[in-house]
Amino acid sequence: MTEPLPRPRRKDPLRKTREPLLPQGVRSRTAHGLTAAAAEGRFALQVCFDCGFTLYPPRDACPRCLSARVPFQDVPPEGTVLAETTIRTSTDVYFRERTPWRIGTIVLDCGPSFVAHLHGDVTEQARIRMTLRLDKSGNAVAIAMPAGPTPNQQDDVQLRELTCDPKFRRVLITDGRNATGQAMARAMAAAGASIIFIGIADPWKPYPGEATLRDIQGAEIVTLDITNTQSVADVAGEIAHRVDILVNTAEHPRIGGIMHRHGLTIAREEMDIRYFGLLRLAQHFGPTMRARGADGVNAAAAFVNLLSVHALINWPQYGAFSAAEAACLSAAQALRAELRGGGVKVLNMFTGPLDTEWFQLVPPPKLSPAALAAATVDALRNGIEDAYVGDIAQDIRSRLDVQPKALERELGQ
Amino acid sequence: MSALTDFATALAAGTIRVIDLTNTLTPEFPTIVMPPELGQCAPFRIEEISRYDERGPAWYWNNFSMGEHTGTHFDAPIHWVTGKELPGNAVDTIPPAHFLAPACVIDCSASAAADPDFVLTIPFVEAWETDHGRIPPKSWVLLRTDWHKRPRKQYVNLLDDGPHSPGPAPAVVKWLVEERDVHGFGTETIGTDAGQAAHFNPPYPAHHYMHGRGRYGLQCLANLDQLPPTGALILAAPLKIRQGSGSPLRVLALIETTP
Repeated sequence: MTEPLPRPRRKDPLRKTREPLLPQGVRSRTAHGLTAAAAEGRFALQVCFDCGFTLYPPRDACPRCLSARVPFQDVPPEGTVLAETTIRTSTDVYFRERTPWRIGTIVLDCGPSFVAHLHGDVTEQARIRMTLRLDKSGNAVAIAMPAGPTPNQQDDVQLRELTCDPKFRRVLITDGRNATGQAMARAMAAAGASIIFIGIADPWKPYPGEATLRDIQGAEIVTLDITNTQSVADVAGEIAHRVDILVNTAEHPRIGGIMHRHGLTIAREEMDIRYFGLLRLAQHFGPTMRARGADGVNAAAAFVNLLSVHALINWPQYGAFSAAEAACLSAAQALRAELRGGGVKVLNMFTGPLDTEWFQLVPPPKLSPAALAAATVDALRNGIEDAYVGDIAQDIRSRLDVQPKALERELGQ
Repeated sequence: MSALTDFATALAAGTIRVIDLTNTLTPEFPTIVMPPELGQCAPFRIEEISRYDERGPAWYWNNFSMGEHTGTHFDAPIHWVTGKELPGNAVDTIPPAHFLAPACVIDCSASAAADPDFVLTIPFVEAWETDHGRIPPKSWVLLRTDWHKRPRKQYVNLLDDGPHSPGPAPAVVKWLVEERDVHGFGTETIGTDAGQAAHFNPPYPAHHYMHGRGRYGLQCLANLDQLPPTGALILAAPLKIRQGSGSPLRVLALIETTP
């Protein structure tokens, strides 16, 4: 049974902060098929198109029939542990400071054998559920999870190295004025975050929910305006070293395309709030988060972007909005590379229209802010980096895979 | 000695004092709040270009951005639909002599403290004239409310039915223009009109009548409590923006001190 994670003590200021190290991060291009699956929390292996053989580790040809047609596809994750071992020392500097570390040999029901990390509740001969996760280097590793629920499963030390669980972490919600920010604060409190900093711009301006926001367990309201560089710098100066998870909830969805918008005022606001806001947060919080990637139980873990799925392909009805979201996605990819050295993940939550006043004219299905917040907590707990939340986002994702040009035409009708 | 030499001498001697009526431009200073689906006035923003660093080793400077109606600012007649056809109605075409004018300061601070929706009326101004004399033609009329001393939340005073701040009634603005031939109207609040002036008839009367007759507006003024009721000279020269509807500016008042 996993021991419940103790609430971390306050840091001893005389101790040097442990610097982030990364596990070995070299993968072949083919092996990044596993990274792609892990990034979305799927379990996918290569399955030979011609003979049906399931491959592991990744190869460029089927070892049974030599076919080169070996695409990745989701496969059943169940298996059995054949043997386990505990590593007590290592020449690898990353694992050296994390021993003892348990690994095991697992045979999957679908065929292949794995050498994989073992969750603490997994023992020899146990039935397991294999998962692919992104390690601190951003690459896929396999960890065998218990087949069913076990007490405190999320608190396992080896699993927590691969996830961004909000439990006992300190979260910054950048905009608490909107429904998403408020739902996110509540979800983080329910997930056990120890402090939830909630940014409020222009505190002289009333907003819905103002009276109850302070009552959220662990909530601390900070005056933060992500369109104001000085404000971001000031708040980062005060709290950047205490932000383990940053969730950028600033939003500015406005209907309208490119050509018929009268002038650039709204487009500038969209870019300022979304794209430049992201850059300001990245510049002022990113370096400290990167430096704190291995800072104990509540190390910096994740920078979360809430993106429209139309960052991936433009929705002309919200054309300028989609373009600003695309800019944010591109910046998030750059930030992901920049934070990777610290083992800090960039999580992109892709959504369709939210059930808010700014998508009033859009018919359902629309995603509720509470559902987005719950999905974000889930994604952090699973350590994924790309989540497609709700029917619209998943639909766009799958149609993009199949026929992007058809999707472009259809969205433009 | 010429008048200007006398003036310079008095300035140097301190018998003429300069009072700054300007709020500092900061990103936090509130701008007018419009319904969110309408165009918004950009708040003041500032970005460092360099500060003796790799971006410019020996110099410090910034880029800034804001709306024409951000911070302490000047309203030109072209700002309002009633003044859109007037000659010389934009900040770049207003005769420069109009940027210097005397001021009458009407102290409404007690009334505004008692009622944030205080509305200036003709009888109130007539009572002021009984004490201080008739408002001379081509004078600024400045409404002293001490609003600039309020914390930001109370300064904007936004409730769910809009902002609540003092301003003039329609009749008094029309009267000031037609009967007193004033130069313009200035306030400490975010606009020259009352917070609830959208519900007046006509809406926003200070804008409607002043700009409709080629008069000017000043808002977000500070330190009106340091001015005498009459006798101050106001220097308020907006930036020369081509066809600009207004501009942030430094507003200075010159006052004579009794020796």
